[in-house]
Amino acid sequence: MLSTRLRVFTRAWTALVLVFVYAPLLLVVVNAFNSSKSFAFPPTGLTLQWWRTAWHSEGMWTSLGNSVVIGLVATAIALVLGTMVAFAVQRYEFFGKQTVNLLVVLPITLPGIVTGIALNATFTSALGITLGMATVIVGHATFCIVIVFNNTQARLRRLGTSLEDASADLGASSWQTFRFVTLPMMRGALVAGAILAFALSFDEIVVTTFTAGPTVQTLPIWIFGNLFRPNQAPVINVVAAALTLAAIVPVWLAQRFGGDPAGTRI
Amino acid sequence: MPLAPTQPLAPRVRDRAALAFLLVPPLAWLVIAYLGSLAVLMVSAFWSTNSFTGAVVHKFTTDNLVRVLTDETFRAVTIRTVGVALAVTVLCAVLAVPLALYMAKFASPTMRVVLVVAVTTPLWASYLVKAYAWRMLLSPEGGPLSWATGFSPGYGLVATVVTLTYLWLPYMVIPVFAAFQRVPDALVDASSDLGASDLSTLRLVIAPMVFPGIAAGSIFTFSLSLGDYIAVTIVGGKTQLLGNVIYGQLVTANNQPMAAALSLIPLLAIVLYLLAMRRTGTLENV
Repeated sequence: MLSTRLRVFTRAWTALVLVFVYAPLLLVVVNAFNSSKSFAFPPTGLTLQWWRTAWHSEGMWTSLGNSVVIGLVATAIALVLGTMVAFAVQRYEFFGKQTVNLLVVLPITLPGIVTGIALNATFTSALGITLGMATVIVGHATFCIVIVFNNTQARLRRLGTSLEDASADLGASSWQTFRFVTLPMMRGALVAGAILAFALSFDEIVVTTFTAGPTVQTLPIWIFGNLFRPNQAPVINVVAAALTLAAIVPVWLAQRFGGDPAGTRI
Repeated sequence: MPLAPTQPLAPRVRDRAALAFLLVPPLAWLVIAYLGSLAVLMVSAFWSTNSFTGAVVHKFTTDNLVRVLTDETFRAVTIRTVGVALAVTVLCAVLAVPLALYMAKFASPTMRVVLVVAVTTPLWASYLVKAYAWRMLLSPEGGPLSWATGFSPGYGLVATVVTLTYLWLPYMVIPVFAAFQRVPDALVDASSDLGASDLSTLRLVIAPMVFPGIAAGSIFTFSLSLGDYIAVTIVGGKTQLLGNVIYGQLVTANNQPMAAALSLIPLLAIVLYLLAMRRTGTLENV
């Protein structure tokens, strides 16, 4: 048994870290209702006025739309490709498996700016492609593959092969086994992987900056572009608060669909 | 051989076809889009730009690399960036270890789930919003921190380290918590039954088993800090990190080859860091 003293110390530490983690988020939410024009602290009154202003911000809606489209397409690509690699790695023996593993994980291990510059150099200097939605989607899908891969691979490993073997012994074809045995058992992992991949794409800014070019704005790019403009502060504060509150949605979804809890984000 | 060698061979051929079907599309994507891009990055570091038009000239030159290695400003920025990344990593570890210890060894099962959700939920909040929150919090003129405590470090290097620590903390907590969970309670009990103090148990029994978790978390905190330039722009004041300099070369100076040459620094740094972690043998059971 570890001593009570250690227990008391670590509990106090935990409380302090939680304050450190949640105080800034709370501030963001409170400030969106701050009636002061300069957002002075402490707020002297509360108002819903900024929410109305934000609702009519055209740039916000356009960039939000772009972010959703990019997130959905990148997630769809990552879902297919990530699941395929996960199956190959978990269900087959082949030469170079470790290398495949490394290759899949590399895009999130290397700093985003390296990935961003690399893709930018390829698209512009080497291939001469005009940057736009498509190039952003390629960039996002590349680092989303690993997220889906991690989730599906872990589930496949835990499931083992006995049920698939039984299905094959009973005469099912590979496709039937996949469709009626493996896939239903993997639904949770696929949903969790998809939510994670979408969230990562939705929030990404570094790779996006280097692959979007001047014409396409995603929501993070739009926020960043308006962050230092005092007259846009009310709208930014509202969007920030809305995004913070929206963070509860994926956590709830993950619980609801019985996927792995949010801890599998890494 | 008898007549039907195809009989036992058939399923294997089908297996290989299935494997190829599964592997070729994702590998093609990753090799072409990702490795291809990294290759272009390395090659383009040896290109130059036309000084009049700014267009990229596809001719081999080592000028960029020589400048990256000899330029005083670049060296100072590199040292500052690596310093920030290391400071953030250490701070994350210091914050995470007691927290993870409490979660894994003291909290009740219900409390543990609550804490895991509490620690991981901020990961879903927007990166930009979190950096922006610290910009508001640390504001030198009437920010909440100076209102509450009468003190604020203002925008600068300290603010950057604090904000990055805040951003990457969950990436450290999760693997460290998982590592603490893998320490069997019986082992801890045996140690204290044999007369070890808390400190001895922590140092001799728990630490060796938890270190791989810290190492795994540190890869995230180190790598993520190394390439960051957004948080610095938001809370760093005039502070420049590698990311800012690379961005400046690409966008402001319109010198893509120079940006590519500079981005080899974080690439090299993270590869060296991974190799160092591997040498300690801590990555094998993560």
